[in-house]
Amino acid sequence: MLRALGVGSVEDLLVDLPPAVRLDRLDLPPGSSELETAACLRRLAARNRVYEDRLCFRGGGVYRRFIPAAVQAVISRPEFATAYTPYQAEASQGTLQAIFEFQTLIAELTALDVANASLYDGATALAEAAMMAVVHTGRSQVVVEGYLHPEYEEVLRCYAAGRGFVIRAGLEAVGEDTAAVVVQQPNFLGLLEDVEEVAGLAHRWGALAVVCVDPISLGLLAPPGECGADIAVGEGQQLGLPPSFGGPHLGFVACRRELVRRLPGRLVGQAFDAQGRRGFVLTLTAREQHIRRERATSNICTNHSLCALAASVYLTYLGPEGLRRVAEVSFRRAHALAERLWALPGVEAAFPARPFFNEFPVRMFHVEQRLRRLGEAGILGGLPVARWYPDRPELRDVVLFCCTEVNDPAALDLLVEVMGRA
Amino acid sequence: MTEPLSFEKSRAGLAPPRLPEAEVEAPDDLPERWRRRNPPRLPQLSEPEILRHYHRLASMNYSAAERFYPLGSCTMKYNPVLNEQLARLPGFAELHPYQDEETVQGALELLWQLERALCAVTGMDRMTLQPAAGAHGEWTALRIVQAYHRARGEERDQVLVPDSAHGTNPASAALCGFTVVEVRSSAEGRVDVADLRGKLSGRVAALMLTNPNTLGLFERDILEIAELVHGVGAKLYYDGANLNALMGICRPGDMGFDAVHLNLHKTFATPHGGGGPGAGPVGVRRELVPFLPRPTVERDGDRFFLDHDRPASIGRVRSFYGNFGVLVRAFAYIVAMGGDGLAQASLDAVLAANYLRRRLEGALDLPHPGPCMHEFVASARNLTPHGVRAVDLAKGLLDLGFYAPTVYFPLIVPEAVMIEPTETETRATLDAFADAVHELVRTAQARPDDLRSRPLRLPVGRLDEVAAARRPVLRWMPAGSEGDPRP
Repeated sequence: MLRALGVGSVEDLLVDLPPAVRLDRLDLPPGSSELETAACLRRLAARNRVYEDRLCFRGGGVYRRFIPAAVQAVISRPEFATAYTPYQAEASQGTLQAIFEFQTLIAELTALDVANASLYDGATALAEAAMMAVVHTGRSQVVVEGYLHPEYEEVLRCYAAGRGFVIRAGLEAVGEDTAAVVVQQPNFLGLLEDVEEVAGLAHRWGALAVVCVDPISLGLLAPPGECGADIAVGEGQQLGLPPSFGGPHLGFVACRRELVRRLPGRLVGQAFDAQGRRGFVLTLTAREQHIRRERATSNICTNHSLCALAASVYLTYLGPEGLRRVAEVSFRRAHALAERLWALPGVEAAFPARPFFNEFPVRMFHVEQRLRRLGEAGILGGLPVARWYPDRPELRDVVLFCCTEVNDPAALDLLVEVMGRA
Repeated sequence: MTEPLSFEKSRAGLAPPRLPEAEVEAPDDLPERWRRRNPPRLPQLSEPEILRHYHRLASMNYSAAERFYPLGSCTMKYNPVLNEQLARLPGFAELHPYQDEETVQGALELLWQLERALCAVTGMDRMTLQPAAGAHGEWTALRIVQAYHRARGEERDQVLVPDSAHGTNPASAALCGFTVVEVRSSAEGRVDVADLRGKLSGRVAALMLTNPNTLGLFERDILEIAELVHGVGAKLYYDGANLNALMGICRPGDMGFDAVHLNLHKTFATPHGGGGPGAGPVGVRRELVPFLPRPTVERDGDRFFLDHDRPASIGRVRSFYGNFGVLVRAFAYIVAMGGDGLAQASLDAVLAANYLRRRLEGALDLPHPGPCMHEFVASARNLTPHGVRAVDLAKGLLDLGFYAPTVYFPLIVPEAVMIEPTETETRATLDAFADAVHELVRTAQARPDDLRSRPLRLPVGRLDEVAAARRPVLRWMPAGSEGDPRP
């Protein structure tokens, strides 16, 4: 190739580089064989503790769930995994149709009209929804009601500080300048909120209702679209993705049809060729950065397509009845566990009057000691929430436990037994 | 051959997959007011039907694993299969982000080491691995720059962006509340320094620059540009989309850049997934370090920990610590390649691009003089007299078994055809692609209608995107269902 170019070395092609910036050598160790690379990474992996699925009772936004083998079988297909964003529609029908199906699945799950092709995670999806509302209403305040996941709130504040809108807490802050009221269902502490009431109040002030949902819970709980939500967002990790130390996961956003042109990111729509064959294309691209530049609805380009594919396979595998079953088993096991934990000496319900789905707050003595003891028994115990609420003494000794279909009855017995040790 | 939607294949009443029973005393006593009344209309299919459906969809995709994918600015290099295995190790994939630090020391060490390696490649002092994608990294870096200026009591309201920049640059700036001011490119395709000088002022927070730029040209005035930008107290931001040209050759930090974002799904060989997940780490020079997102990963002797106590931080840009699974793959790539391998990769990428560029001389217009770096932009405007456009060339390539280059970008080149071969293609592949382009150009001259009718060998022919956008159908609806889903 050098000969064809008539140069002696690649250096001769670097004519535009100022000599002052030319690097002698990259300060990194030399390369290694596949064997050595694998050994290096395996060594790091071995320095982490892996808890058995069934003995993991910690959630807080990331949950262990049964993942059907079909999910991995599909997302491992290199035709999906090593393709780019489907710019050439005719050579990307697999990805495009899968996204169209994902959009439909999320719209069905949330009972809203349309969903986009995916976002990064639940936290950024919520921030994008807040910005949709700010632009749509021309207002500059977003109100957060109830216990929103503290990391989601921190992300929301980070976007707000850049974009120039303010975040207020509590329904009493809702007013004429409110663009959206945000509520999480179930909230960070696992408790159920009255979404209908929150949405009603938002609408009375001309604001949008944004609901952050747990997608599995929608097998059992009333969907946001039937509770007055204008926009629903959420984290889709539970739909077939491993915890993976926090990512990559899956953000999703769905909305009422009036808001579709405010949606961030990719949207796939149906199209036809000259012979009338149906296919799928990226559409309504006039919202997007590559067309609209600084006037785009968002800057998002790469999203989480492969994670969305995993979610599609997962939801299709379960079907409506399977999803309901997973939600119901989680609900019932969590409630059985809660009753047994609350009955232990020195342990009580933190919010006894509030209904919950599959995660619940427990107030207990000796939090650290108890969690350590659970760890010794191979159990990843609940999540202490105090670090996020330094000014809330009532949450100081509160630990959040979750339960899903992977926590079998024997695992529940073991947890209760170790927790009960004096 | 097309494939029906999963919803259209659904068999109502099909038994759900076998799942565990609750096996506990507690009843399902959710109060009615919270209960879902109408189940979602998810498809009802058996496992073999589901797999056949998705395997068929997979076969309708072109991918980098199967064929040449010269999509400019996207760096579609080979994704090592080892890295897929490693990311799935239970010691990585099964970690809960809220496990105690003592139980995730290997994960934290990986993050710590990856940060150091990326700093070495870019010449930055610290990195955040939180951003989930390139555009997310751009926005994160601008938030950091904004916080830096604000901490000095300055509310700078403008960000400069060259007219050749990716659309994400102005979009990210706008998302940060900045006004975007466009800087012109010169006739030779580089930043017009005189135009830049005229637009610099105390209102400018940063200049966003891609180097090599989207035309594949190295900004040879970069040192002067850096001096001018710093002269008004602004920051110089490096869009890492094209870092694949520079690893081990030169570093953004040495060129005067203050902040960079990287696309690990481009330069560091993690797969694109049909549009993500990627990862967009952001590196900064010392004076911007206090504003990095929290937590950072720190080391104390043999122990690694998360530092949340960073009062000047912009906060979080996403939940947890980034797209960890992607970071594992990128780290494995760096370990395997080493400093020598990364440098060789960039040299090979530059060589491949220049070779292919040479091979396309006479077929397409090459509006900017070479040599180029890792990619180049040709123009199909020589075909427009025959009624053939860049899009027709792209569709023709699909029929010949190649993915198409990026077309109609950058916006400053008419009928742009942006080609990035990457270092992992053989000369034979580059030759085959060049031959294909020459053949299509001959077809364009002799039988333009033929090219305009392409593709013919794919599951569908050219799809009517205009009609699709005019009456968007964005989801499936059951036949006869109430309500029109169309917005």
